[in-house]
Order: sequence, then structure tokens, then C-alpha cells
Amino acid sequence: MTEHFKMDTPATERRLDDMAQGLVGAPLDRPEGPLKVTGTATYANEWQIEGMAHGVMVRAPGNSGRVVLTNRDAVSKMPGVLSVIQDDRLLRNPAQGTANAAPIQGAHRAAYFGQLIAVVVAESFEEARHAAQSIEVTLEGSEMMPVDPATAAVEPQEGKSLDQGDLEAAMRDAAHSIDVTYTTPSHSSSPMEPHASIASWEGEDLTLRGSYQMLKYNRNELADSLGIHADRVRIISPYVGGGFGSKLGLAPEAVAASIAAKELGRPVSVALQRPQVYEATMRRSETRQRIRLAADTEGRLTGLGHDARVSNLPGETFAEPVLQASHFLYAGANRKMSLELARLHRLCAGSVRAPGEAVGVTVLENAMDELAQEMGIDPVTLRLRNIPEKDPESGKDFSSRRFREALESGAKAFGWADRPGVKERREGEWLLGYGMASAARINVLMESQARVTLLPDGRARVETDMTDIGTGTYAILGQIAGDMLGLPRNKVDVVLGDTALPPASGSGGSWGASSSGTSVYVACKAIRRQLAERLEVSEQDLLLKDGRATYANQTKALSDILQGDEIAKLGHVQPGDTSEAVRQATFGAYFAEVVHAASGETRVRRMHGSFAAGRILNAKTARSQCLGGMTFGIGIALTEELAFDPRDGHVANHNLAEYHIPVNADVPQLTVELLEERDDWANPLQAKGIGELGICGAAAAITNAIYNATGVRVRDYPATLDKVIAGM
Amino acid sequence: MRSFEYTRAESSESATRQAAAGGTFIAGGTNLLDLMKLEVMAPAALIDINRLDLDQIEETEDGGLRIGALVTNSDLANDVRVRRDWPVLSRALLAGASGQLRNKATTGGNLLQRTRCLYFYDRAMPCNKREPGSGCAAREGFNRILAVLGTSEHCIATHPSDMAVAMRALGAEVETQKQDGMTRRLTLDELYRLPGDRPDRETVLEAGELITAVILPAPVDGRQVYRKVRDRASYAFALVSVAGIVAMKDGRIANADLAFGGLAPKPWRDAQVEELLTGDVPSEALFNKAADLLLAEAQGFGSNDFKLPLARRTLVSVLTELTQEART
Repeated sequence: MTEHFKMDTPATERRLDDMAQGLVGAPLDRPEGPLKVTGTATYANEWQIEGMAHGVMVRAPGNSGRVVLTNRDAVSKMPGVLSVIQDDRLLRNPAQGTANAAPIQGAHRAAYFGQLIAVVVAESFEEARHAAQSIEVTLEGSEMMPVDPATAAVEPQEGKSLDQGDLEAAMRDAAHSIDVTYTTPSHSSSPMEPHASIASWEGEDLTLRGSYQMLKYNRNELADSLGIHADRVRIISPYVGGGFGSKLGLAPEAVAASIAAKELGRPVSVALQRPQVYEATMRRSETRQRIRLAADTEGRLTGLGHDARVSNLPGETFAEPVLQASHFLYAGANRKMSLELARLHRLCAGSVRAPGEAVGVTVLENAMDELAQEMGIDPVTLRLRNIPEKDPESGKDFSSRRFREALESGAKAFGWADRPGVKERREGEWLLGYGMASAARINVLMESQARVTLLPDGRARVETDMTDIGTGTYAILGQIAGDMLGLPRNKVDVVLGDTALPPASGSGGSWGASSSGTSVYVACKAIRRQLAERLEVSEQDLLLKDGRATYANQTKALSDILQGDEIAKLGHVQPGDTSEAVRQATFGAYFAEVVHAASGETRVRRMHGSFAAGRILNAKTARSQCLGGMTFGIGIALTEELAFDPRDGHVANHNLAEYHIPVNADVPQLTVELLEERDDWANPLQAKGIGELGICGAAAAITNAIYNATGVRVRDYPATLDKVIAGM
Repeated sequence: MRSFEYTRAESSESATRQAAAGGTFIAGGTNLLDLMKLEVMAPAALIDINRLDLDQIEETEDGGLRIGALVTNSDLANDVRVRRDWPVLSRALLAGASGQLRNKATTGGNLLQRTRCLYFYDRAMPCNKREPGSGCAAREGFNRILAVLGTSEHCIATHPSDMAVAMRALGAEVETQKQDGMTRRLTLDELYRLPGDRPDRETVLEAGELITAVILPAPVDGRQVYRKVRDRASYAFALVSVAGIVAMKDGRIANADLAFGGLAPKPWRDAQVEELLTGDVPSEALFNKAADLLLAEAQGFGSNDFKLPLARRTLVSVLTELTQEART
């Protein structure tokens, strides 16, 4: 029995606040945590399946031309080799998030250096790897293709442009104005677990054990890529060792494993080699962003311009949405924005860790810091003066928005009042500076389904194809079900990551917890109603706690009410009118203290974030998400950059030693404050997405602190020491 | 990985004999195994020397130390004598790699690790070190981490070791054993070759020649510093590093031993720089003159141009610290 719910009106009843079990919001541990830290959670590539063969993929050594495997026959005869497969169903590009259909395919033409153009399958992984590395690839008719976004052909994104009022006039008439251009480099998601799939066929039915974030889409992408019906495909992905966007859409290894397994009639495992993760999954586009700010004498914005250039491969429509939060974060009557897409032959650009805001808010927040400096006012004050009453473009109301509180509370928690002037504070050879930035990220609700079964013994089971990519899905879905059904956390089993279960929103865009959580809520509410009917009371008068129902001055164990029956409900949530009626977003503020050595090296000494994202479902996992986001902020600010060879566009630093993710030593004590909030417009949980909020602008707090410490504005990310010393 | 023979050596004699016949020594394997997986190195035979009795740190008669080639980086860094009398070495070791790697990596292996040049590790790229005569893709490529001193038109790779930089400043020597049982001692300057037209030949070691120990001379007077400048706080190779030992007397520099990492194909030491400093009164002008001399022949290749100003800043900063501390 399905309970449908469409989010058409604000959910003002706030039922979770009425529940007695006390799970939602509590800082509970992730139930699967012990499995993960003891190595007993089985990840995609760790399944041992009888008769399994191993595939290793082969890269294109150039960015154009017809692919010829010149020694294919010789490699086919190498020890252990079962097959060398070059099939036009192999993915040229990985699938974009929510693509729901095959991405661009084709193994016979190269479009970027590192494209995976064949798979070699052998009895053992070592044999497969050696054979794959022995393949000689020739690219016939290969030409010099554009790889530099500065010189590549550009396509304006007409639908993304805005021209409201007269920005040029506002700039001309402004008491204070800023016109600055920043660049950010490409980033890699760099999940610890590489992309890996094991495919096994039973007749025409395919089971894929993979590492994916959005299974219902991935299933359709895989089926479409193979040319089979989606009913024939099952994807199992209970644990994901990090995705960060790179596992939103189907990646090349899944199709390769499926084709190989079919051809050989046995299960085939294909895991991307670490360099292949960097070369053939997704990159965040590099960006060039021009920000114009016009302000009156008091620092009130009269104009805001944001023009950006991003890039992607020919044929791809994804354009890093860097303008996303610039549309609503700050006031300013005169607004002009534009986005253009350079066409070039670097690997595919797609969603990486908070696409859009991660670099878009960052650059906007640098420009705001430049304006505050130019005006000689406190950067926090400048932000407070520019919080718009309504959405400055649509005129819509905001849903909940504790932006002001985040700025004020964060400043207090950090000790912002003690902020030094530029180049003012020195400790021995070290220069010290403070910086801050705002955080903003759009909020989205997606269609999602979950089945909740209240079992006769008073336990409950939650089932959905939702994924847990290390974010805490297992924890929070159990908390919601436990609260709604009055069960302790250990009486609720959460089963995830299998397309045989009801299709969920998937993990991405920060919408997973609220979307899948709402489907669980909706199912549980239907169960409560059925229980209430049995007891002949209204659902509102039913108090459920510790497996017992209290109603009309009586108390009864759930098992006694059920009397051997089970109650199963499928909860189905769909976004509705509230998505359009108001502007929904999450907000926050970052504060950072950095120190500088004479070498130009920056060390973040402490960093604080205050965030408002509606109801917090689990204070521990929410905080962890923010810690992760702020850590990525450190990476964007200081270390992370995909280095492309200027000639052929290949990723030069394609491993964890040279693509510099921050390590523990780079990350100081981070503090996180989660502001109490309810957003009735978002969903009946009153929760908004928090997965990506912690990264959206974080880097700017650090680079603004670098300016405060050294007087150097690095406008070309990351702020590596060479760029700092160039200005010192 | 290609198939290969594996032999566990029972004695240094048998190890050198087998290596001379075409084998490659393996100790910690922290670099070699990566290179073998990538097939950048494809030895026909591995000679595992881990069971040889080369893991002792012994005091020498003249007050120095004899460090067995199999002493791990972790053990050496934490040896109480090293920490007390040769702190620059301990600090350099702890600045390198990660805890896990230091637990496996050995003294001899650290000296013989290969460059981290990105083009050396990518078999789709021409590289004269990996494949002599194929060309150098790094010169006009992404060469942020590569060398500005001692390069040749054929190779601009750096030697990545931190430990070796400190050892070079300390005047350490390696003790080797050849296939015929003869032993010899080489300074680190003698051990490493500059790339010239054969960047594939990185040391003067003969086929089968085994590093058995590193000899540290007796401690010298003066304060010791290892300063490593890098792109993140840990687990990153040096962009520039300086191992410095400076003794002061009567307000003047009595002795200066300086070695540099991240700049050259080998741990770099420049006697002229040390001569310039010795006997003079420390000043920023003097330190800058030393940097002028150090960098007189330096040449960047685009993305590593910043190493010249960075090396200057780092040298000046290290000398300031060494001479200030010594005065107080």
C-alpha cells in the first residue's frame, strides 16, 4: 500500500517535534560504522564470486583520432588473458548525475587523453593489468585539439544569463565599486574507494555490484548503455567509500564489466586504477569569474555582476553552475550575470562536491572582502547590510533563512572582534590573519520512495535503494522511523543500496537525507494511522515510545496491538508547489585564522562554521558533513588543482601523492555550530540539505585571511606559496 | 605486474652476486613496488635483502655513527643519539613521506629512491630517464616540482629524498659492497651522478653493488635546522628544502654546512656558498649574497620558476634562524 505525498503546502504541523522517542537530532553513531572501521563492510570490489575474472581498462594516449589497438592479437595471447574488448557501448564519458540514460559512448574514437577505450580481461588481476599495460594504442588521424579554456571556442549559455536594471550605470554611479576576476582550477572528487564494479549475468539478467550514489538512475544508465531493458538490471551498492559527485552517474567500469561478463559467461570485476579515477571519471570545471559590485556610501549593494566561463567536452551540456547562489545571496537592484562554456578536450566536467557554489560563492565572497577592504568596513557588517528582504530577482519570499544569525553567532564564537588589520599581526617570523565568508547552497527536494514494515515482534525495517556514501543515511533513516514508530534505534533495521528495493532520490545535491527521510516519514505516518485505527483513537492522540503505545489513559505493547500481523507501507514523496513558491536555501558563515611563513606557506590555525539548514536530523553526522566540507574548503583554498599538461590536456598529477587533498596536518581544530531551525517549506521533516553547505564559500574565508595576514590577494586558486610570495 | 624471480638473500655476498647477474635489490619496497605496478621498472629478478644483518646503528671509533642500510626511516629518526647529536637528520626524516611509509622505508632504499617527476611515472610520456633517447616531456610540461640546478637538456628531474639532504649537509658517506666482496666508501656527492646525457644512470654504483651502511662523521658544533617547504603540511615532496648547520664564534659564522633538496637531481651542496658565509658577520645582505651564489646557474622551466625566489627566501630564513639562535 502506497502513501503518496506531494510537497504543495508548508508542513506546519511539525510532527517530529511531537514524538517521544528522542532520536531525531540526537548525535547518534552511524550503525554501520563498526563494520567500516573493522574492514568487515564489503565494498564493491571486495566481493569474492566464484569463477570471477578480472578486467583492467586501457587509456587513450591522446585526445583525438581513431583508436587502433595495434598489438591486440599478441596481447590476447598473453598468459591468463581471456579477452581484449573494444566495444562501442563502452562509455566515452561518464554519465552526469540524474542523466537516467546512457552518456556519450564509443571506444573507437578518442575525445580526451585518458579516455578508457578498451578492457582487458584475464584470470587474475595481475595478468589483466600487465596485459592492459602492454597494449599499444595508435590514434589515427589525431590532431592537436584545444585543451586551454582561455583560447578554446566558447558557447554562451543563453538560459543562464540575467540582465536586470542597469549594472553599468550602477557601477558608474557607485560610491564604491569592485571589478575583479578570479580563476579556480579543475578539481577531482578523489574518493578513497576507486570506481569499481563486479558484473554477473544469469541468463539475460544482470547483477552489478558497484559503488554508486543514485541507483535508480544508474540502473537506467547501465541498461541504456547496454541496450537492454532496465527490468533486467539490478545494482547493489550498500557501501560507498566516498563519491563526492563522481559516482552520481554511471562510470566506465560498470559497462566494461557488464560487457565482459556477458561475453565470457562469467562474473567480471573491473576497478579503475587510481590514475584512471583522475583521468576518466569527473572533474569540476576550472572557472574564470568576473565579479562586479557597486555599493553606496553605506556599503549597500546597488549592483551585482557575475560573469563566468567554465568548460566541458564537446557534446556535454553540463556547465558548472557557478552563478547559482549569486542570484539570491545578496541584495542589489541592478544585476547582470552570464555563463559561457568553453569547448575543449580535457576529461568530462560534471558534479564535484557542491557543483556551482563551491567555487561560485567562494569567488563572490572574495569580492565582498575586497569591497569591505576598499570601504574600510567590517566584512561581517558589509554582509549584514546586504541581506535581501526578498529574493532580489524573483521577489519571492525566502523560506527559513538564519543567515544573519549565522554571521553574528559565528563572529562571536570565533572572536572576530579581535580581528587584526592588514599585515598587522606577527608572531616571530609568522604573519597572522583572520578571514570570513558567507555560506549558501540551494535546497532541493527530490522524488523518493521507501518501504517501512512494522513487524509483529515490534521491530521495524526500512527498505529503499537509497545509498549511504559515508554521510549517515543508515543512521538518520533509522532515527526518523524510530521516532515516528516509538522504537529504540536498535529495533529498526535499515536496508539500503539495492535497486530491488523502492527507488529513492539517491545521494547528491544535498537532497538525500530530506528526500529519502521524508519518504520514511510518510510511510511511518501511514503506519501510525493504521495503528490508531486499530486502537480506535486519532493518530495525533497516539503516543509511541519504547515499543509501547499510550493512548486514552492506556498503554499497550506494539506486539500486542499487532497480534502477529505486520504493517507495511510504501512512502512516496514528490516535490510540489513549495519548490517554486519560495526561495529555499541553506546559509552559514565561516571564520578562519591563518598563519604564514616567509616561504609563503599558509597554515590554517583554526576555522569555525555556523550553519542553518533546517532541522538537524543527527547532530553528529551533520557536524561531520560540515567538517568534511570545511576540509574541502581548505583544499580549494590551498592545495587542490588538477594539473593539465598544456599540450595534450592530460592530467599530470593523477594520483593521491600529487593531487593534494588536505591531509590531517593541514586541518586544524574545526568548530561547527548548527543553528536551530525549522523549514516548513522544505518538507515535513523541516530539514534542509547540509551535505555540501560546509564547502560553499569556505575557501574564501581562508584566502581572505591570507590577505589580512600578508596584504596579498591571490586571485588564482589555489593560493599556493608561489603565488603568495609573488606578492609579498 | 610482470612476472619476476624472487630470491631472499642469505648473505650480502650472495645478494651482490645475484644482483650483478641482473637482479634488483628490494628492501622496504615503498618506491620500487609502485614503479613495478606501473611497469616503469620491470626487474627480471628481485633480491630481497631484508634478512641481511644490516639493521643496526653502531657508534664508530671517532664518535660518529654507522647506520645499517636496513635501518628503517622511523627507527633512525627516533634513535636517541641521532635526535641528540644529529637532529637535522631526525627532522629531515620526519619531514618525509608518512608514518606508514617511514616504518617500511630503509636507509639504503631512501638514498636510491627514484625521482617523483610525473612524466617519469607515465609510460605514455617520453622520458629519457625511463627510456633513454625518447625525449623529455617535462621540460615544456607541468614541471612545478622539478629541478632548477644541475639539470641537462635531457632531464630536469629532482631527487626526492629529505634524508639524503641532511646526510649531505652532515658529510655522510655510504659504505658499499661489490660483487667481488670489495667494499668502498663514497661521499653522497660521489654517489650521485648528474643527469647529463644519461639521466637513466643516477648513481656510480656498479651492477650488484650494495649499499651496506651510511657513516655519519662525529657531531659538529653549531645549531642544526631542516626546513622543508612544500605544497601541503605532510605527505608532499619538498619544493625546496634546506639542511643547515651553522656554528658561530664571536659574532661571526665559524662554520656553515648547507645542503638543499627539491632543487636538483641530487642533494645539492655548494662549497662556494659555505666559503662566502664562513668568517663573516651574519646579515640579510650576506645571506642574499649567498643566495645569489647558490642560484647563479639556476634555471627554471616555467611552472617551477618560482623555486628561485623560494630558494632565496628559504635560505635567508634558515640562515637568520641559525645565526640568531647561535648568538643568544
